[in-house]
This record gives sequence, C-alpha cells and structure tokens, in this order.
Amino acid sequence: MEANTRSTGRLPAAFLTPGSSSFMDFLAEHSPELLPGRRTLPAVQGAIEVPHGTTIVATTFPGGVVLAGDRRATMGNMIAQRDIEKVFPADEYSAVGIAGTAGLAVEMVKLFQLELEHFEKVEGTQLSLEGKANRLSTMIRSNLGMAMQGLAVVPLFAGWDVDREKGRIFSYDVTGGRSEEQGYAATGSGSLFARGSMKKLYREDLTEQQAVTLVVQALYDAADDDSATGGPDVARRIYPIVTVITEDGFRRLTEAEASDVSRAVLERRMDRPDGPRAELL
Amino acid sequence: MSTPFYVSPQQAMADRAEYARKGIARGRSLVVMQYADGIVFVGENPSRALHKFSEIYDRIGFAAAGKYNEYENLRIGGVRYADLRGYTYDRDDVTARGLANVYAQTLGTIFSSAGEKPYEVELVVAEVGSSPEGDQIYRLPHDGSIVDEHGSVAVGGNAEQIGSFLDQRHRDGMSLAEALKLAVQALSRDTNGSEREIPAERLEVAVLDRTRPQSRKFKRIVGRQLARLLAAREPATAPTDAVGDEAEGPEGSEE
Repeated sequence: MEANTRSTGRLPAAFLTPGSSSFMDFLAEHSPELLPGRRTLPAVQGAIEVPHGTTIVATTFPGGVVLAGDRRATMGNMIAQRDIEKVFPADEYSAVGIAGTAGLAVEMVKLFQLELEHFEKVEGTQLSLEGKANRLSTMIRSNLGMAMQGLAVVPLFAGWDVDREKGRIFSYDVTGGRSEEQGYAATGSGSLFARGSMKKLYREDLTEQQAVTLVVQALYDAADDDSATGGPDVARRIYPIVTVITEDGFRRLTEAEASDVSRAVLERRMDRPDGPRAELL
Repeated sequence: MSTPFYVSPQQAMADRAEYARKGIARGRSLVVMQYADGIVFVGENPSRALHKFSEIYDRIGFAAAGKYNEYENLRIGGVRYADLRGYTYDRDDVTARGLANVYAQTLGTIFSSAGEKPYEVELVVAEVGSSPEGDQIYRLPHDGSIVDEHGSVAVGGNAEQIGSFLDQRHRDGMSLAEALKLAVQALSRDTNGSEREIPAERLEVAVLDRTRPQSRKFKRIVGRQLARLLAAREPATAPTDAVGDEAEGPEGSEE
C-alpha cells in the first residue's frame, strides 16, 4: 500500500493513471482496505458502547454562516470525554460538525478534508459548495452498514458559497440524504432543544456577533435539557467550539472569544435561567 | 528474421539520454530559488491554466520542465503519493526527500528499461522548512539521479547558462522582490547573450512561504501582487515583504 515498498520503488501504475481527481476513487483502486465503508462488521447482539458525539448547531447570517458544537462525548450514561472537538474546517470555505460515533466520524472528516484538498491540488480549482456537500453525502451513505448496527455518523455541513455569495447549511440523515436548511439547523441528541431555542431567537438580520451568541444560547438550551450535551465548563475553561465562515474564509473563535460569549450568556442566565424571552404575539 | 545490429549498452544509454535531453531543451527554462521567507518558483509560461509549478503537500512544491503530459502525470502521481502517505501516517511524515526518492526511482526505472520511452522531463521538488536552514531543493534529471541543490537551481533548455548566472548573484536572505527580479533577469538572457523582455503576464510565479499562517504554504503570485513585486524599486530595506493574501485560497485566483 505504500508507494516505495513495491519491488522497483517506482510509482505503481495506479498513481500515474490519469482520470479521476477524487482521492476516494484512487483509494478504492489502489488500497480499498483503507476506505472506511469497505469494512465488514461481525454480527453483534445489541448496541456496542463507544463514545458518541452530541450536539452541533449552525445558523446563517447576512455575510456568512456560523457552525458550533458542544464539547461532550458520551458512552452510554458515562461522559467519555469533556473536551472533544467536533467541528472541523473542511477546507478554506467550509466546515463540518459531527454527531454520532466519534471514532468513525473523525475518520470520515479526515477523509473528507483530504478529498477536498486532493481535488483542489489536482484540478487547480475548488469544488463548488454543492459538490462538496454531495461528496459528504456519498461518504455517509457508504457508512450505512455500520449505521444499521448502531454506529451512525450524522454531520452538519456549512460553508460560504463563493458563486452565490452567501452562507449555506446542509443537514444529512444516516442514509446520506441531504437537505439544505434555511436559517438554522441542528443535529445530534440535543438538537431538538437547540432547534427550539434557535427557532425563537433567529431573525434574518443577525450580525456575526449576534449569530455567534445565538448558537451559544442554543447549545446552552440543549445542555440544559439533554444530559448528553455539555454546557460551558467555566471551572475547566472548556467552552463550545464556534467557527465562522465568511467570504474571508474559515475562522475558529479563539478560546478567549468563545469564553467571552459563553460567560456573557452565563451571566444573563443567572437572572433568567431559561434564557431570553421571545414575544408572545 | 534478420539479426538486429549490435548496439553497445553505452551507445544505447547515450542515445536515450540525448533523446531525453533534446526533449527537455525544447521546453522553457525555470528557476527555483531560496529567499528570506521561503522558496520562490519563477518561469516563463504563456498559459494561465497549464501550470509548471504546483502544490504537492503542505510544505512541498513541484516544478517541471519538458513535456507537459509527462510531468503532469508525475505531478498527479506525486499528489496521490503524498496524500496517501499523509492519510496512512501523519501530515508531518510527508517529506520532499521521500517524494524525490520515489520520483527518482520512477524516472530511473523508465530510463533504463529498453521497452519504455524515457521521460523528457526534469523535475524540481522543494520543501520549505521553518527556517532557511531547513529548506530543501532537489533537482531530478531525466535519468533518475537526484541532485541536492542549495540557493538556486535552473532546469530546462538553457539551464546551464542560467544556473551559472544565478550562482554568481544569488545570496542568502534576499527579499522576495529581489529574488524575483534576479530570476527574471536570469530567464531573460538568451543563449547568444542578448537580453529580451519577459512581460509580467507571461511569467508564472509561485512561492512556498514559511510565514503563511495556514499549514499549506504554497501560493501563486498573480496579477497586481506580481506587478507590485516586479515594480518594487530598490532592494526593500526590510527583507520580509510578506506575501499578502490578496488572492484567496492556496491556489490563488486567476485574474
């Protein structure tokens, strides 16, 4: 599988075959055992306990999109990790947040990042945002066998569409079904509560700063009602990961910035534990 | 069946080498050079889409002179090699030395196998380090040998002359504008010693810039930024004229 272990040391033919710009296609041809979807699982009784990532939220604002995630991974009723990172840059103009089986999801993201970078290097241009979203769809679908056995990966994909000049969000189901979300979206175990929260707080003219506050509020509400979602941990200085994608590209809020927003939200919740109140009519 | 003429192995290899060299000499020369903040690639290339230089991996760039279809094939092979290696191990485990080795084996095997046409290409694989001492430049001629170069290197038709011109004038710690101007000066000298002007729109320029905050250090310099660097009057006082991200994305944008 490594290029220079072949007898002559020269690049094997698969490396020099022109055609596909997809790294996954190349893997399928050259070393299919490295592709995540090709593994067969032994039949197991019941669900196996592995770390699961939980809530991811996203919202658009004029000028970009915000994607954020809490930091908790759970294994059954245990907290497996307090400071897991579940939001990753996919490339310069997009990011992906993952909910579901953590190990598989991280591997999927790694391959997805490489797929986009590989295409860009070979072709000299980036994939369109739709193209990227479709690639991710294919990857989730190839995990369907695992998903049926309880090892699902359900990401949320957000990015800046360079052609349409706006931020867009795509959500997925376990079968790879893709749908574009308008305004806001959430995935993972706390997504019900996060979505309810965002429904009341979202408006079309959010500034970037407000959009960041909105996702932190939504994550707080999710953590409030879902035991698998972690809230801001002030004592350990663990705050949600918040990323912003605008026409300037991907940016992850520094720890100081994330801490400021989280503390501001926390501060207001001291007076009003349920958070900001929406109009009745 | 008639008996084929006997050709001595020396003669056969010499013929193949000459065939390859002639092919490479038809291509235009290009220059790869160290400067204070990294490594700069400069070449004359009338095409905006068919590149002579490109990104292989985070810190590794690729330059080639000779036949386009052959080096494009090798380039994609290199990208696949690097991405596979980074995926199997870690991004830090992809090195220019490893890549140069694989290229050398590939070129060498093809060159010495009588059944295959030798590649008419000469490659440069460069890796930018975190400091100038860590920079690596490897030149790979058509026969699969590897030459570890320092400072500057020229490949292509007129390489020898350009190389010696550069050797005399290149020094460590040049600013990007200085290095770029020296490279253009070297490229615009004809074989007969006369000079011609190469307009900015016929130049292809790219850098591996160690000061770039992103992990991918490769960047094309195009359009206004290139014009500004070429117009820069005098050796800038500060050796660091950082490459601003005027054109977004590691690949830059064609203007």
